[in-house]
Amino acid sequence: MIRLTKVKSLWIYETMVRIRRFEERSIELFQAGELPGFLHAYIGEEAVAAGVCAHLTPKDQITSTHRGHGHMIAKGLEYKGMFAELYARATGYCKGKGGSMHIADQDLGALGANGIVGGGIPIATGAALGLQLKGEKHVAVSFFGDGASNEGAFHEGINIAATWKLPAVFVCENNGFAESTPRATHQAVQDIADRAKAYGMPGIVVDGMDPQAVYEVAGEAIARARKGRGPTLIEAKTMRFLGHYVGDPGTAYGHDKEVGKWLKRDPLITFAETLKQKKWLSKKSIEAIHAIVNNEMEEAIEFARKSPEPDLDDAMTDIYASV
Amino acid sequence: MREILYREAIIEAMDEEMARDDSVFLLGEDIAEFGGSYKTTVGLLSKYGAERVRNTPISEQGIIGAALGAALVGMRPVAELMYIDFSAVAMDQIVNQVAKVRYMFGGKANTSLVIRTQGGAGRSSAAQHAQSLEAWFVHVPGLKVVMPSSARDAKGLLKAAIRDDDPVFFIEHKLLYLERGIVPEEEEVIPIGVAEVKKEGKDLTIVATSSMVGKSLVAAEELEKEGVRCEVIDPRTLFPLDTETILASVRKTGRLLITHEAVQRCGWGAEIAALAAKEAFDYLDAPIERVCAKETPVPFSPKLESYVIPDKDDVIAGVRGMLETV
Ligand SMILES: Cc1ncc(C[n+]2csc(CCOP(=O)(O)OP(=O)(O)O)c2C)c(N)n1
Ligand SMILES: [Mg+2]
Repeated sequence: MIRLTKVKSLWIYETMVRIRRFEERSIELFQAGELPGFLHAYIGEEAVAAGVCAHLTPKDQITSTHRGHGHMIAKGLEYKGMFAELYARATGYCKGKGGSMHIADQDLGALGANGIVGGGIPIATGAALGLQLKGEKHVAVSFFGDGASNEGAFHEGINIAATWKLPAVFVCENNGFAESTPRATHQAVQDIADRAKAYGMPGIVVDGMDPQAVYEVAGEAIARARKGRGPTLIEAKTMRFLGHYVGDPGTAYGHDKEVGKWLKRDPLITFAETLKQKKWLSKKSIEAIHAIVNNEMEEAIEFARKSPEPDLDDAMTDIYASV
Repeated sequence: MREILYREAIIEAMDEEMARDDSVFLLGEDIAEFGGSYKTTVGLLSKYGAERVRNTPISEQGIIGAALGAALVGMRPVAELMYIDFSAVAMDQIVNQVAKVRYMFGGKANTSLVIRTQGGAGRSSAAQHAQSLEAWFVHVPGLKVVMPSSARDAKGLLKAAIRDDDPVFFIEHKLLYLERGIVPEEEEVIPIGVAEVKKEGKDLTIVATSSMVGKSLVAAEELEKEGVRCEVIDPRTLFPLDTETILASVRKTGRLLITHEAVQRCGWGAEIAALAAKEAFDYLDAPIERVCAKETPVPFSPKLESYVIPDKDDVIAGVRGMLETV
C-alpha cells in the first residue's frame, strides 16, 4: 500500500492549484480576446493529473490530449513557456507553432498534448517500448478521455503494451462526456476499466475526484510497470466543470444538469479540508500557496505579452531535421 | 432572392433529401443534440429523430465502415467527419474499402454514400485541425470529390452528392460556414462535374477552389481597376473534372494561374497545370503559375498562419508576375 506523505500531499495540492488558476486565467484572457485558437479547460479533473504525476520524474514520459494543460503543469512545465505558447509567442514551448493543443517538452518527458483523440495512446506504448529496450526503469503514462477509448488507437495501443509487457500506464479520464455525447450513448460498457481484461492487463476504477485515491492506484500501477510486470488501465471517474471548450455552455446536451453534484466534490476544496484536518495546511498556508502561484502566473503572463511573435521565417523551420 | 449562410445551405440540402428519401440518414460525432461542431446539422434531430440523425462514438474508421456497410444493403448514408484531418484515422475504410468495392466486386455493389467534412485554415486551429487534404482523395480512383465555395453550390451539390450512386467526398471550408449567399428557395440540384465561371475575363484564367474562389474574385476586382481582366473558374468538383470549361478559358486567355489552400507540392493544381500544358500548349503565353500554401504544417500563430496560407494579395502578385513575362 502506497502512503501519501505530507510532502507529496502538499505537492499534489499546490499542483492542483497551479492547474486551476492557469485554466481560470487562460479563460479570462481568451474571453478578453488575447489568445487565438480555442481552449479546452481541465477544471474539475485536477486530481487525476496531480495524483498520477506525483509519482513521475522528468525521465518518465507522458502523452496527453486536447485537454492537456493540466497534464503539462503536473509534469513540470512552467507557466512562462505555457502562457507564451497560448499567446503564440516565439518564447512558447513550441515557439508559437503548436498552441494549446500541442504543448510539449521532450526534456521534461512531456510528449505532447494532442489534437487527435486517441492519438497519444499508441505513442505512450512506443515510449514504453523504447524505455524497455534501453533497459531504463522509467515508465510512460498516457492520459486520454472516455471518448478516446472508442478509437482503434486505444485498442491497438493497449493491446501491444500488454502483449509486450511494456512499462506503461493508461489513465482514462472518464468525465462522462465526449464533446456533447453522454458516455452512456457512446459505449455499452459500464466501466471502461473492464476493457483491460480483454487485453490481459489489470483494469482499475478509481474516484477521479479524490487525489489520494488516484495517488494510491497510480502508485501501484506505476510500481508494477517499473518492475517489468506490464501495463495497467486505470479509469478515473471525474467531471469537467465547464463545457467541452471555452464558449460551450454545455446546455445543449445535459452537462449543465449533470455537473452540479460534482461541483460539491471539487478536489481543491475537499483535499484542502483533508489536509487542514491533518494540520498539514492552514488557511494561511493556503493563501500563501495561492499568492505564490498567482504572482508567478502574472509574471508569466507579462513575460508572454512582452515576448516577440515568431518571425515569418520561423514558419518554414522545424519541418525537417535536415533536407 | 433570399440569402442564407453556407452552413444553412448544407442543412437545407440534407433536410430536403431526408424528406424526399427515407433511405438517407446521417451519422457522425456530435451531430445530434449539438447540431455538429460547426452547426451543420442543427434542427435535423428534432425533425427526423435519433434513428436517422445518429451520434456516433469517436470512431472515425467505424463511422465510414458503417456508412459503407449500410450503403451496401441499400441505404444512402451521409457520414460526417468533423475535420478532414480526422480522415487520416479512417483512411483504410475510405481508400481501401469505400473507393474500391464497386470495382473489386465487378460492379455489383451499392456504394451510394457521402462523406461530408470540412478543412482549411484561418482560425488558429494549428497543424491537426486546419489542413487541406483534398488531393489525397482525388488521387484515389473510385471517389468523387466535391469542394463547394458558395452557399448555393454547397446546397445544390450536396443534394446531387446524396443522390449520386458513387461515394462522394464532400469538402466544406470552416471559414465559409458563416458566409452568406443567394440560394434559390425552389429546389436546385447542381450536377457533379460541372465547373462554373464565377467571373468572365479575357487576359488570364484563374482556377480556384474553395476559400480561394472568394479571394480570387476580390483579386480580380482589384486587378480590373488596373485594366487586367481575369476570368475566375471554380471547378466545384475536383473529380470528375470539367476539363472543357477550364481549357476553353485557357485557350481564350493564354494564361493560367491555379490557386488552392493546400500546399503546392503534389497538390491538385499540378493536375490542372499538366492538363493545360498538354491540351492547351499552343495557346499558353506564359508559364503556368500556382498560388498555394507554403510547404509546411499549418502553424498555430495567427501571424504565421496568415503568412503560409495564400490570400488575395498573393493571387494579385501571381497575376502581375505572369503579365510581366510575355
Ligand atoms: C480523431 C478525432 N476525432 C474527433 C475529434 C474532435 N474531438 C475533440 S475532443 C473530442 C471529445 C473527446 O472526448 P474525450 O476523449 O472523452 O475527452 P474529453 O474532451 O472529455 O476530455 C472530440 C470528438 C478529434 N480531435 N480527433
Ligand atoms: Mg470525456
